[in-house]
Amino acid sequence: MQSVHSVEMDGDKMGINYQTLSFEYQPCREQQGGTQATAYPVIVVGAGPVGLATAIDVAQQGVPVVLVDDDCSLSTGSRAICFSKRSLDIFDRLGCGQRMVDKGISWNVGKVFLKDELVYTFNLLPESGHNRPAFINLQQYYVEGYLLERARELPNLEIRWKSKVVGIRQDGTLGDDDANVTLTVETPDGQYPLCGRYVVAADGSRSPIRNLMGLDTHGRTFKDRFLIADVKMEAEFPTERWFWFDPPFHPNQSVLLHRQPDNVWRIDFQLGWDADPALEKTPERVIPRVRALLGPEAKFELEWVSVYTFSCLRMDRFRHGNVLFAGDSAHGVSPFGARGANSGVQDAENLAWKLAMVLSGRASDALLDTYASERESAADENIRHSTRSTDFITPKSAVSRVFRDAVLKLARDHAFARQLVNSGRLSVPAVLRDSALNTADSERFAGQMVPGAACCDAPVRLGGQPAWLLQQLGQQFTGMLFCGAGGIDEATCDALQALRRGAIPLKLVVLVSADAAEGVSALDVALSGATVLHDTEGLAKTRYDATPGAFYLIRPDQHVCARWRRLDAGRVEQALKRALCVGGTA
Amino acid sequence: MTLNTQPNLARPDDFYEALIDMHRDFDDAQSQSANAQLILLLANHIGDHATLLEAMQHARAGAAQAGGKQQGAAASFDA
Repeated sequence: MQSVHSVEMDGDKMGINYQTLSFEYQPCREQQGGTQATAYPVIVVGAGPVGLATAIDVAQQGVPVVLVDDDCSLSTGSRAICFSKRSLDIFDRLGCGQRMVDKGISWNVGKVFLKDELVYTFNLLPESGHNRPAFINLQQYYVEGYLLERARELPNLEIRWKSKVVGIRQDGTLGDDDANVTLTVETPDGQYPLCGRYVVAADGSRSPIRNLMGLDTHGRTFKDRFLIADVKMEAEFPTERWFWFDPPFHPNQSVLLHRQPDNVWRIDFQLGWDADPALEKTPERVIPRVRALLGPEAKFELEWVSVYTFSCLRMDRFRHGNVLFAGDSAHGVSPFGARGANSGVQDAENLAWKLAMVLSGRASDALLDTYASERESAADENIRHSTRSTDFITPKSAVSRVFRDAVLKLARDHAFARQLVNSGRLSVPAVLRDSALNTADSERFAGQMVPGAACCDAPVRLGGQPAWLLQQLGQQFTGMLFCGAGGIDEATCDALQALRRGAIPLKLVVLVSADAAEGVSALDVALSGATVLHDTEGLAKTRYDATPGAFYLIRPDQHVCARWRRLDAGRVEQALKRALCVGGTA
Repeated sequence: MTLNTQPNLARPDDFYEALIDMHRDFDDAQSQSANAQLILLLANHIGDHATLLEAMQHARAGAAQAGGKQQGAAASFDA
């Protein structure tokens, strides 16, 4: 299907069916007589959302990357449908966030019902002043399709379909330049060796690479079965996440209803452990369950049906030599909370800039150890939330069921019990609080933007036009200076210039406070190369607890690295060294 | 030690009577539900996490001890 690129521009208008797209296998140069002269810097295995995001991010960092996939098509079925604000912020940086939001169904509100009574409503984004909603619902094949189209725009990103990894070998000394990985890749034309400095295994929950390396995951498998029925219909339900405990139309079990684009609705029925998965997938069984929810007159067609069980588990370590595991290959969670694909996309963004820094010689190889440690603790957090939700939805013992039901009964009349109702704690970015890359605060700051937190968005003005703060941060290390009514003093100006000339190029953003609009209009000239933003609504100042002169050092993945009340170039240099695992800051 | 295990009930005998009376005419399932709701209501009223953990530790230790005694009795009977 060579013509995909030419029709993709108007993909949605032309009604591309991303589910049926097929991509052509082509023999690569290693197979056409030539041998591979040098190792590729990065090989990514698996063209799902995590592999695609990793490959795009690495390529955007200017590092050539080869992406191999054993198949030649996108996701079968809608699968992961809930993409979080953080994922959208990342997709924005990768250049395809707007398409996702345009196509997706945005939502912020969830409702929980006991029987047919509403017991609890939550709003995941109760404040305004954010570019992206708490969530969009979008079928996984669209997410993959849009990522793939973005990937194809990058000349240093090569995709190889029908390329299955059947062997893996690591050579050289870990941490040295000669350390490398050789994959044996099986294609319709036979096998060939593919050598890379680093390999990212984003090859899914059954990870062939994990198996080839004899590695394992540990955790819990839950004894319950769930039915996914994607149905196509015209319906009047609001764009909210609806969760029922023990509804009259499906007694003693739970049901989850979600809206997707194209008039598709996801209905998730808890079935219990004794359900027969093969039987429950048949239309004869599924249609009456859907009809019980929608009423006897409802007109709908089944789009996709699946029966699944799940586990909460992870690999003990996400780094093994020069092989780095990301997404489902490294960790698995229950679907309640949408913490699977979303955490995988966060793995991707955590890893991409670190690979680029190490490969360019700006960081030591030890930086990649922090990919593992940061994302292992993020996985623990996701697994903890996911396990707690599952224990609430699927109580494991009689007494657990008694307490669950007691909470639901109390929740109708008592506000305190509503905070215990757990139908899924929806994905928010992990705060990398204990990361070795953080520089601890030496001054007091209030609010959420602690070192290790993903940066919060805020509305700003750029060149007189409305813009968003997050669009200006990340991709490379960013220094964000808050400028008050008094402007910027000479010492701070000198420090900014010193940072611009430093060993690690720093992108500079100056946030001008609302009350300083007049006095500092000449800033653009004075600070050549800095992006000057106007905090017209004062929300950036509030969200970052900023005082005039406050300075934030922000990682390429938009996480806060360090912050001070006053800019001191020396301290920023030290924090940068720490964030790159280089010399003298241990 | 944040959990107060010294006498603190304003009307101990009245409380105990009311506690038993809360279960009047209930079957086991209803009693279980009432107990669970009572625990949740009281836990929220206390609020402090350390205090709640300490109370749970006492309760668990007490129940485990009771089980242990039974096992011990069974063992000596076998002997």
